[in-house]
Amino acid sequence: MPKTRRASASLTKKANKANIRLLDGNQAAAEGAKLSRVQVIAAYPITPQTPVTEALSEFAERGDLKAEYVAVESEHSAMAVCTSASMVGARTFTATSAHGLAYMHEMLHWAAGARLPVVLACVNRAIGAPWNVLNDQQDSISQRDTGWIQIYARNNQEILDSIIQAYKIAESVYVPVMVCFDGYVLSHTEMPVDVPSQEDVDRFLPPYKPHTILDPANPKNYNLVTLADPRANADGVLCHGYMELRYLLQEALQNSAETIIKVGQEFGELFGRNYANMFWKDNLDDADIVIVAMGSLAMEAKVAMGMLREDGLKVGVLGLRMFRPFPKAALVKALEKARLIVVFDKNISYGSEGATSSEIKSALYGSQIKAAVRNFIVGLGGRDIKARELADAVRKSLPSLKTGALNIEYPEWICYI
Amino acid sequence: MKVNAVNLTETEYVLPGNRTCPGCALTLAYRHILKALDGQVIVTVPASCLTVLHGMYPITSVNVPCVNTPFASTGASATGLVAGLRATGRKEITVLAMAGDGGTHDIGIQSLSGAAERQEDFIYICYDNEGYMNTGNQRSGSTPLGAITGTTPILGKRQNPKDIAAIMEAHCLPYIATSNSSYPLDLYEKVRKAKEIKGTRFIHVFAPCAPGWQFPYSDTIKIGQLAVETGLVVLYEVENGIFRLTSASESLARKGNLKPVREYLAKQGRFKNIAEEQISQLQDWVNTRWECYIDRATNF
Repeated sequence: MPKTRRASASLTKKANKANIRLLDGNQAAAEGAKLSRVQVIAAYPITPQTPVTEALSEFAERGDLKAEYVAVESEHSAMAVCTSASMVGARTFTATSAHGLAYMHEMLHWAAGARLPVVLACVNRAIGAPWNVLNDQQDSISQRDTGWIQIYARNNQEILDSIIQAYKIAESVYVPVMVCFDGYVLSHTEMPVDVPSQEDVDRFLPPYKPHTILDPANPKNYNLVTLADPRANADGVLCHGYMELRYLLQEALQNSAETIIKVGQEFGELFGRNYANMFWKDNLDDADIVIVAMGSLAMEAKVAMGMLREDGLKVGVLGLRMFRPFPKAALVKALEKARLIVVFDKNISYGSEGATSSEIKSALYGSQIKAAVRNFIVGLGGRDIKARELADAVRKSLPSLKTGALNIEYPEWICYI
Repeated sequence: MKVNAVNLTETEYVLPGNRTCPGCALTLAYRHILKALDGQVIVTVPASCLTVLHGMYPITSVNVPCVNTPFASTGASATGLVAGLRATGRKEITVLAMAGDGGTHDIGIQSLSGAAERQEDFIYICYDNEGYMNTGNQRSGSTPLGAITGTTPILGKRQNPKDIAAIMEAHCLPYIATSNSSYPLDLYEKVRKAKEIKGTRFIHVFAPCAPGWQFPYSDTIKIGQLAVETGLVVLYEVENGIFRLTSASESLARKGNLKPVREYLAKQGRFKNIAEEQISQLQDWVNTRWECYIDRATNF
């Protein structure tokens, strides 16, 4: 990387003019990684993520991207390459889906625990058994407790933009970031995407500065066995125990909202697309009925909103962008007027309900909001979700608007049983 | 100049006092490995006795930079270090992956095999104490026939170990060697040689474990020597496909008199239940392997 590159100096200057290209979600992710000048890429092919790996290896082989591309033999190894490369100061990237993400599980914990700013694109896909290669969000939701920041994109522009922002966020708070986008719905669907110039991205994103650097001249031992209680070093200075290190990770995620919004705002100032938010709001100002959805489903929900508004219902859509950290306080503020919240989940926490539904309910607890929360499980394993089905689910929930019923134990499923 | 106990560098990278058991062969081996690399190294270590040796935060007994990495990931972690160092323009540092036999033969074999097939540029050393000793001695893919472990508690292990060096040789590596902590200078020389070669280099180090194998702490060196003298362990190197017996194994091949394996077995509590039939099975296994090595050796 040229040493002359300085990010902050010229942020006030507007970006170069729009460069609209027709990209599918996977191409948008690969372009985002390339523009972020990733230095080490390690990935293993899995449907529907495969084109990301192909695009990046082509960039690397062609010399368009000065990066080490490691064609590893598994996803577990992909993340191990990323964590170790990150420890010696390289900016790292990987992408995966479903079983690949599940296979990485141990290493996801390791990356977050070691506070390494790895960025991962998760092309959301269902998990077996039985085999299914189509879209839902069970894969990334199953990794919610690994200590990663999770961003969900609604469209291909957001995929590209979020990956660039992800590096700035991750390298500011030293927490890895997962950028999630729906398989096929986005990954294999072309959309117009404004691809920023390298020059502008370089102005936005400074080079990676590791928090620790491994060097024989100053030997350090990374991720050593750490006891529960604080322990003194050779100079008698008390150092953190395991529990304090875990607290610091939680604190970093808790405080990351500020960074996420700041980075989103800076991005907006430079590129004209503002991300200074944790979720997207559509027509919430007068809405007493709010549809909550995450990823591309939030776009589908907007179509349903239009149908319901024609019926005279005051419906808005809250599209979750951040799932971790979960923006509880901001959500409560945004949902102030809501009397009925209909949450659609493309995942299920078996024996309980959809993950975002639980989060919304938890956010509302203790607030002044007296809204009924209805949860629908939709679109698992690529089941098509039609806007009118979403609208019907809202209509079906309308009695709760009057009764304010809160205690619906389990979610309803939009399926044939 | 040939290295000997007198002219060996005095710089220590394994500092006095660590958390391993008394009589630990790993400590001895590691000390010579790091001397051979002049400390210009970044080490990656999975869950193993070596993790214990490295100490507990915030104190370490080792004076080289080290990455601790999950059990299955050693080969991939080394790959990441190499890629990261190359990407950041630091090419002069050697990457050393060092894992036990469980971390190499069993849970780590996938990431090691993947890295070796890609010819990643690092040295991988497996120190082999023939079982999961860090968790208190359970059976591994390297535990020998007849050995009692925590998971073969009554009958002893009923299979021969897998030949990890042969598996690695099948990856067409530029350098493969076997060594033994009882022959530290043999180990030192092999690591020195490996250091100068590019690509994936693999060294297998036999490392007797006093508490796990049940022999007195003071006998670590003797047990390691006996393993070579009986032919259970053979010291060799394969450089670009050329096979050479080295050190004590080379002398034994010239003299042609291996001790019976019974002598080795009798000194260890782990073989106390071994059946006569198993002893002759083991002896046959040793004899067959020894003949193969003699046939292959090009240096005598």
